[in-house]
Amino acid sequence: MKKLNYILAAFLVMVWMPSKGQTQKGSVLIKNATVITITQGDLEDTDVLVENGIIKKIGKGLTANNVTTVDAKGKYVMPGIIDAHSHVALDAVNEATAPITSEVQMADVVDPYDIGIYRALAGGVTISHAMHGSANAIGGQNITLKHRYGTFNPEDLYMKEAPRTIKFALGENPTRVHGRGKNIQPRTRMGVEAIIRNGFNEALQYKKGWENYQNESKQKGATPIPPKYDGRLQTLVDILDGKVIIHCHSYRADEIYALINTCRDFGITNIVFSHVNEGFKVAPELAEYTMGASVFADWWAYKFEVYYSTAYNAAILTENGVITSINSDSGELIRHLYHEAGKTQRYGQLSDQQALELITINPAKQLGIADKVGSIEEGKQGDLVIFNDHPLSVYAIPQMTFVDGVKYFDIEEDQNDMRISVSAMETVEPIFLKEHDHSCMHGVDFFFTNFGRNLFEHSH
Amino acid sequence: MKKYKAIIYTMAMALLPLLSQAQQFDGEFIKPRNGKFLLQNATVVTVTKGNIEKGSVLIVNGKIEAVGKDVPAGDAEVIDCTGQFIYPGLFDGGGKLGLVEVNSVPETQDFSEIGNVTPNMQALVAINPNSEAIPVTRVSGVTTTLANPAGGIFPGTAALINLNGYTPDQMYAGFKGIILNFPTSARRSTWDRRSDEEVKKDAEKAQKDLNDIWGRAVKYHELKAAGGELKFYPEMEQLAKAVTGELPLLVEVNAATDIEVAIKWIEEKGVKAILTGVAEGWRVADKIAASGLPVITGPVLSIPTRQSDRYDAAYTNPGKMAKAGVKVVIRSNDTENTRNLPFNAGFAAAYGMGKEEALKAVTINAAEVFGIADRRGSIEAGKDATLFVSSGDPFETRTQIYHVFIDGYRVPMSNRHIKLYQEFLERSPGLEK
Repeated sequence: MKKLNYILAAFLVMVWMPSKGQTQKGSVLIKNATVITITQGDLEDTDVLVENGIIKKIGKGLTANNVTTVDAKGKYVMPGIIDAHSHVALDAVNEATAPITSEVQMADVVDPYDIGIYRALAGGVTISHAMHGSANAIGGQNITLKHRYGTFNPEDLYMKEAPRTIKFALGENPTRVHGRGKNIQPRTRMGVEAIIRNGFNEALQYKKGWENYQNESKQKGATPIPPKYDGRLQTLVDILDGKVIIHCHSYRADEIYALINTCRDFGITNIVFSHVNEGFKVAPELAEYTMGASVFADWWAYKFEVYYSTAYNAAILTENGVITSINSDSGELIRHLYHEAGKTQRYGQLSDQQALELITINPAKQLGIADKVGSIEEGKQGDLVIFNDHPLSVYAIPQMTFVDGVKYFDIEEDQNDMRISVSAMETVEPIFLKEHDHSCMHGVDFFFTNFGRNLFEHSH
Repeated sequence: MKKYKAIIYTMAMALLPLLSQAQQFDGEFIKPRNGKFLLQNATVVTVTKGNIEKGSVLIVNGKIEAVGKDVPAGDAEVIDCTGQFIYPGLFDGGGKLGLVEVNSVPETQDFSEIGNVTPNMQALVAINPNSEAIPVTRVSGVTTTLANPAGGIFPGTAALINLNGYTPDQMYAGFKGIILNFPTSARRSTWDRRSDEEVKKDAEKAQKDLNDIWGRAVKYHELKAAGGELKFYPEMEQLAKAVTGELPLLVEVNAATDIEVAIKWIEEKGVKAILTGVAEGWRVADKIAASGLPVITGPVLSIPTRQSDRYDAAYTNPGKMAKAGVKVVIRSNDTENTRNLPFNAGFAAAYGMGKEEALKAVTINAAEVFGIADRRGSIEAGKDATLFVSSGDPFETRTQIYHVFIDGYRVPMSNRHIKLYQEFLERSPGLEK
């Protein structure tokens, strides 16, 4: 009987969820709100009109025909929150088989059924950067997702207009997985630096091989043999050519500085440092040479390389002119990034404007999508969140979340059970006392089990 | 006269090497400082007796000597708190602060012993008073935390500590409890790949083990009470204290059905108990309320236990239990980020508990559950001077904490995080040397 109930429930959910063959664009008119535009100040008692997925107009007394109107009097509207470091909606995280796996694509393992997407929406997050894990010095290529929850097609979640990005990782994780786990380089921070440097040098050679082949092909009557295609090296060439943004898992100032130097040597400027707990120590360098830092609000001491951290990191970076964002790296934290941003007011007294930039326009810049999202401006995509209170207040509760003008979260209307997939084999729903998915070291914990301790907690 | 001067000169020259031996340091180290303090002209949030506008609190010898509108300063050091707020020190109902320094470094982990039944392992013994995380925590207004051992079915004895002092005994806040990790039908985590059948079997076996262990403890106590001479058995010696009610059991239990089983078990055995964890308490809130057992719950900032649950199930849990009539205490269940306890209370407040009840959950309720409400949990004359001064609501992230007093000691508003901020906000040299 119970089993039947479950099957029935699953069926009902599927019927309820509109099937979305293609990416939906919606229209909505939000009225009388305090509009936190991020780029053009806060506008009191203002309307925002989204038409066909795009913000058409911001102003007072707007009207529109045949468009759903939401009265947001006394409420706050802000741009959809953007998480520059997430592992939500991924089936797998680490391809921990070599120190460089740049050929791997996270787009191949996007899981549209993950309830984590809906939970993120309920926290106002409309875009997440679904990243490869931190097991390898150079990991896989990430995918920027728009949280169009309800689709069964992974491709509907892709933010297709976002540029390519790739995961790098420094410090304890790659040295533990490869050096200590497999007895191959890198075992030290020297090794990590060398692996990356060698990778780029090899990529330059590879590029030259193709250039030679192309030049030779142009000559009359020549039939040169093309070099063997190598997805791994080709991706590194694309990084060198500025087509791919590096997002690098990092903690200590020395390793951050070393990679800045490597990038400068190879003319790479498209690099964002992620976690970057000791970024505050090299804030002037990060400001001068990189696309910034994406940090935790207050995480520290969960491993040795974050022991000398400070919760004032985001504030120090911001005051030093580093483009700074706050990310989650967690299926739990992603649900309250607005609260995490608020912590920069406790630790460093950032202004409301500075604090909110950390979860909107700044991560948008770091993902190369700031011309499309990250602020409420006419012409930008209609990704919006309505809060019942100022979003930096601990008492603020997201009320509705829109992606491309389509409402994906409504605190009043949504059902409690928002799964879109239930296994018919499941007779008893499992109860999980802790959630350990969605983290950087997902899938490589077996490398740690022989250390005789449980590293499941805080293994980022 | 000249001769006289010459003698003084020679003597001074002779003293010079001595003087130069005393090293010269820059800056001054600020230590926790005891004394008489008058915190003047603040809004005093007493918790138990409403708010006092433009009120003052007089601290003498570690105690609150007076609270009210016109308290004379006498010879006390006056601290002007105009426009500020005074709150009682916040309690965190459970975590590992003091028992671990760096989570992934086993040499610094002192919360989990070898063995399944180790109730005699005393958290208080392993508290490191000099943990970097302690000053990091207390500047948030969290002054008192429960240090929980972890591991087997009876992993050890938890201890309540105040976050100031140089020995565990100076920190001890007057409560101990024996932890019982109640057998669970839930999965440990999303990594737990056991089949439903295996989960069920393991839970049944654990339940049998528990009853067996408990039976032995009861037997041990009976024989000893009858004057029997028993072989030294430290585990049973400690568990017997739970049998007699000398120490309460802290029963960690989370899944709804397990909570019901635990309540029955506690009633059957007639033990003094506090339920901890209680993640699915909202499912059986009425039954918990009927049992009269107090609850320590959290972290509030967690994901729901079931995928089918409403997204805010963990946020609303404390409020739902409180509404049903359960006495609720909130915990962070954290170590280095125990400072997030007030934000956990803030989320509970926002999601149904209300600000007043959430404040109680981290002050007076905790003091009552730990049996120290005569000394702690509110701002009243005669209670311990463990309190803090803030710019406003301590649950709000924008609020600044200005002063923290623990047992009358004014603790320095500094720690590693703050020192790094002071050093690196404007680094010297900057980009160019």
